[in-house]
Amino acid sequence: MRHRAEIVVTLKSGVLDIQGKAVFQSLQQLGYGELEDVRVGKVVHLLLDAPTPEKARELARGMCEDLLVNGLIEEYRISLEAAER
Amino acid sequence: MDFRTVGLTENEYKTILRELGRTPNETELRLFGVMWSEHCSYKSTRPLLRLFPIEGRAVVQGPGENAGVVDLGEGFGLAFKVESHNHPSAVEPYQGAATGVGGIIRDILAMGARPVASMDGLFFGDPELRKTKALRQGIVAGIGGYGNAVGVPTVGGKTVYDEAYTENPLVNAFCAGVVRLEDMVRSDTAQSGRLVVLLGAKTGRDGIAGAAFASVELAEDTSASRPQVQIGDPFAEKLLIECCLELLEKRLIDSMQDMGAAGIISSSSEIAAKSGVGMTLDLDRVPLREKGMTPWEIALSESQERMLLIVNPDRMEQVLQVAAKWALDCTVFGETTGDGRYVMKAGGAMVVDLPPAFIGGNAPIIHWPSREPRDLEERQRLEVEELSPPKDLGAVLRSLLEDPNLGSKAWISEQYDSMVQTNTVIGPGGPVSVLRVLRGDKSPVFVAFSMEADPWKCRTDPRGGGAETVARTLRSLSVCGAEPLGWTNCLNFPSPQDPEVFWEMRECVQGMADAARGLSCPVVSGNVSLYNETPQKKILPTPLVVTAGLLSDLDGFLPWSRWREGDHLFLAGMPNTALGASRYLLRTFGLLQGKILPFDAGAEQDFTARARRTAKERAARSARSLAGGGLAVALAKEAMESGIGARLDVQIPTRPDVFLFGEGGPRALYAVPPASLPLFRSIWRGSPLTELGVATGNILDVKRGFSLSLAELRDSWRR
Repeated sequence: MRHRAEIVVTLKSGVLDIQGKAVFQSLQQLGYGELEDVRVGKVVHLLLDAPTPEKARELARGMCEDLLVNGLIEEYRISLEAAER
Repeated sequence: MDFRTVGLTENEYKTILRELGRTPNETELRLFGVMWSEHCSYKSTRPLLRLFPIEGRAVVQGPGENAGVVDLGEGFGLAFKVESHNHPSAVEPYQGAATGVGGIIRDILAMGARPVASMDGLFFGDPELRKTKALRQGIVAGIGGYGNAVGVPTVGGKTVYDEAYTENPLVNAFCAGVVRLEDMVRSDTAQSGRLVVLLGAKTGRDGIAGAAFASVELAEDTSASRPQVQIGDPFAEKLLIECCLELLEKRLIDSMQDMGAAGIISSSSEIAAKSGVGMTLDLDRVPLREKGMTPWEIALSESQERMLLIVNPDRMEQVLQVAAKWALDCTVFGETTGDGRYVMKAGGAMVVDLPPAFIGGNAPIIHWPSREPRDLEERQRLEVEELSPPKDLGAVLRSLLEDPNLGSKAWISEQYDSMVQTNTVIGPGGPVSVLRVLRGDKSPVFVAFSMEADPWKCRTDPRGGGAETVARTLRSLSVCGAEPLGWTNCLNFPSPQDPEVFWEMRECVQGMADAARGLSCPVVSGNVSLYNETPQKKILPTPLVVTAGLLSDLDGFLPWSRWREGDHLFLAGMPNTALGASRYLLRTFGLLQGKILPFDAGAEQDFTARARRTAKERAARSARSLAGGGLAVALAKEAMESGIGARLDVQIPTRPDVFLFGEGGPRALYAVPPASLPLFRSIWRGSPLTELGVATGNILDVKRGFSLSLAELRDSWRR
């Protein structure tokens, strides 16, 4: 059974986000005075073959811990859906 | 709140009670916990550091400021310092190394100097382990990522591998800057009635209590020790550099400090204490990145890319204009006062009220017990006769060239921008790095740097190893023709609470001091990093030294790896040396043992003087002072890089392996064109000099030794 996992990786709150800071300043310069804060993260899409959604989630979590996420400064969340065909 | 939870000892707490005449509140206690940590207070090492000579002809500013400064003539000076960032790099290699580079750059900037060159001393564990590879990759990328972006060239460094560093890698970041001496910044020039200003990044919970973190051993699971990791922002640092230099040039500020360990409290109390003024700071006015920060978190935050300025109120408007031009936050958050009190306010209430000099300078010195290691005799025992000489010395040499400690480090230095600012004359990869220093409209001068560490020699023979480390930098500089100006050091050791470690540290420092005195080269700055150990393993005693030397022009610079067909090859210095703690002994026999040659001030002085004369009078074409791997490795490097072999036929005075691979003492390999032979010989007359043979062909052939083609040598070297 195939599953599509979407992993959203963001910096933990409180960790300096220099990319977010640059985007924040640029948007402000464009006149978006309402803007209060920007945090930039990344999205990883995985296509997995696993017998159950639970197993797929477990696999995705393993990949996050091993490679995709730096647990010292980043956090992540996984959303899962069944993939067609 | 218990004093133990902030890491204070009972004796320290009693000292605080006695001085204050009251119980400190929680904020004050937390400030003491960090300011009196080993990292900030040097409480274990202050008596040892007094052993170093700190006075010399060229010294403008010795230890005690953000960096030392030596005179380069025409009103210009060179500010330089090396500092450890070991623990942060062990936990988060990329950001740890990056913020190490950023931190030392701000130390140099805080002297009013423009940072012009970085170097890094890296100590990694067993190179085959996955853990080492990951740490190494992250640390090297972090140095490049920050250094390349901030626009300060990385011009050299030193990389050491030993399993002792597997759990505890070391990152020692060095930076040098050029300062107009009349613009040099000091921290004792603040008067009362001035504004205290924060320039640069907003304050977050970065590295809260990182300085205290650096003063304890790493827990087994580093992911469990959780101070907030500091993230480096090199572009913000670049803006900070340009902004501060513009403020100085326009003479708009009275003093400044970088904010490193222990952030606001450390930088501001140091100025107050050294200038003898009081200070009142309003923490509510500090621009914050996060909500809900407590006063002690704000005072101790180690957010990067910030500077503290002391500004005359009349000039504040202009300071704000310059800061706005560089798009930096600039906020007045306090003032200097005449009442001698260091006060912090938050939420309308007074949260700190202390005598400023007491915060930073008064941590009681700890005299740790010291004991000669029980196994010292065993460490120093080496009967060369008991080692059966290897049959194939060529294979030994190839194996040494494959040793990651001696092999090519090009894969590291190629990741760094070594040429930005376009003043790099000699970049990474050689015995010294050379930089051009522009001095306004006057002629430029050239500065050479040599970075050295030999933890193996410091292990078997701490005093001798300490002396050898310092002497090696001075030999390399002298051989290339540079006049040594001064040196900086980083003392990396395990916990001083182990009496044997403390003994090793004292002996190393004594040896370093002996060499510095013997060669009249003073210490101008330095840093100590202790508690480099895990429950399983202690690092080797690791003093790292960087020495700066002056070349008035490049005519007097003698390069290396410039052999040409027909050049005569000489070994200058004693032909007899020692195998103790040599790379050969470790690599071939797996032994870390043996004493090394004792430091001989007379021989070193004689050697370095003749070496400088050789360079100045252009009596040789190529020269390399001998270090790891001894004569054989020096021959191989010269031959490979020159692209020419040599035929050597020499009466070997001892065992061939001792002659070829022994280390220590003042010695250099010279290549001399036939026309220069009389001059070269006259310079070295009366000093040990051995003619080795002639540069020729494409085979390095040593009679009764080995015969290897350049291709074979390169194959091992690049492996």
